[in-house]
Amino acid sequence: MSNIVVLVKQVPDTNAKIVVSGDRVDLSAVKKVMSPYDEFAVETALKHREANGGEVTALTLGGAGADKVLKDAKAIGVDHIVRIDTEDEHDSNALQSALATVLTEIGAEVVYCGKSAADTGAGSTGPGIAERLGWASVSNVISVAFESGLTVIAPSEGGNARISVPLPAVISCDKGDMKVRKPNVKGIMQAKKAKVEVKTVAMQGSTVSVVAHSMPPAKPAGKSYEGGAAAAEVARLLRDEANVI
Amino acid sequence: MTETIVIAEIAKGTIHATTSELVTAAAAMGSAPIVIVPCTDASIADAAASIQGASKVIAAKSDAFAHYDAAGWASALDAVAPAGTILMAATPQSKDLAARLAARRNLSVVQDVVAINGNQLTSPVYSGKAMQTVALSGPAVVSIRANVFDAAPSGGASEVAVVDTTGNMATAVQEFMARASQRLDVAEANIIISGGRGMGSPDNFVHLEAIADTIGAAVGASRAAVDTWESIPHSMQVGQTGKTVNPNLYIAVGISGAIQHLAGMRSSKYIVAINKDADAPIFQHADYGIVGTWEDALPVLQSTLSSMMA
Repeated sequence: MSNIVVLVKQVPDTNAKIVVSGDRVDLSAVKKVMSPYDEFAVETALKHREANGGEVTALTLGGAGADKVLKDAKAIGVDHIVRIDTEDEHDSNALQSALATVLTEIGAEVVYCGKSAADTGAGSTGPGIAERLGWASVSNVISVAFESGLTVIAPSEGGNARISVPLPAVISCDKGDMKVRKPNVKGIMQAKKAKVEVKTVAMQGSTVSVVAHSMPPAKPAGKSYEGGAAAAEVARLLRDEANVI
Repeated sequence: MTETIVIAEIAKGTIHATTSELVTAAAAMGSAPIVIVPCTDASIADAAASIQGASKVIAAKSDAFAHYDAAGWASALDAVAPAGTILMAATPQSKDLAARLAARRNLSVVQDVVAINGNQLTSPVYSGKAMQTVALSGPAVVSIRANVFDAAPSGGASEVAVVDTTGNMATAVQEFMARASQRLDVAEANIIISGGRGMGSPDNFVHLEAIADTIGAAVGASRAAVDTWESIPHSMQVGQTGKTVNPNLYIAVGISGAIQHLAGMRSSKYIVAINKDADAPIFQHADYGIVGTWEDALPVLQSTLSSMMA
């Protein structure tokens, strides 16, 4: 029986166009979804429950708008949904500290998260909370077996490594060859009725603050050619002009 | 100004060239850095001594550095690194280590930095669809994208101090499973040639592989190709739900340039696009665009590159 926690985050739909208005991104018109890698984390957490028994808690951090990502996780099959209530911007230190505090309160024995969130792409949260809790962690995991602690497969120089991980631990999940389950009608109905447990944590101050967002610098127009024979000229330019061959 | 510390990037048991770029980035943050080389054999640190702009080199020697374990490496490096802002390469392993090292010191971490202006750091967010600039008001751990900052020149002669350290390993490697091919992974490669659904069939990826082997590139794929063809694994996928890459050269063949794919490769230094559809969005991001079929273009590319490499 394991106390399993999966971290989920609400992000803009990855197909959405991102607009900067003034000096901040404007996400008001953008559909919000569960960060894609978190879907693999939810799937892995549910597989862990199926293998060893126990209960899965989905945990997020944000304002009331973030409840939707928890309901989505509930519809897929998690047991409990918890949100740390905060509307403000925080740096990674403050966020991880708050998550670690609540994970301790919950009594988590294993934590799954996506390898990175689709908004920041940083991938810092999993390893960061593991260090704060004094736990093992492995990132970018593509396969998990639930035996003698965990046995995971993760990329290693020149290939992959099979790694023994003692619990408690934090595992950040990549896609691997995983197929994720989708919510069924019963799950969606249960999720509608489910109550989000809201927690408040005294947030640490931040030493990293967002100054501005901007659009990526426009790339100057490139050189354009008609017909496959131009590949010879392009190859020469790659060597003589770009110096990359 | 606090101390700046560069953790050398190690690949195949030696110091990776991107370490010299980290020294340049550290200088942009305000001071000549101490370069710390995680190693099992201190002699590999000698290569860092010639990087100009380093204030000194520390070979952090430990058995812990034989195999990567996030907890072990963070504790071993924490014991050696003085207080200050720490810079590392934004590779998957070093980003993981950066996050642990930051948390160990109760610091914040800023990943994937591509520009530095005093205490302000800029990183791509939303997979490169926007940029975010943050200000630091204290020390932090910072990872720096490769191929963005110029490499600090060689010719320096820093002293190398060897410091023994120990790490508390939390995990244990049972076995390494080498890739079947000798080809690089897209996450490690400096040149990538990727195919999309325009390749028509996964069998046609052999033409990309042949070019990859000629120039030492990795072979990647678009999400459309990975989703359509079972024999193209997700490990090859470049894009928002695959790998974000930042090579010197990215060659996109039969890839239209969906926003999802662009998000994973648009920051490549040079982009070549080969596509028969002149209106494909990928051309707006290409330094060199060839409107034509891959059947026409790849044999020419292959033979020209082969003669150049000969």
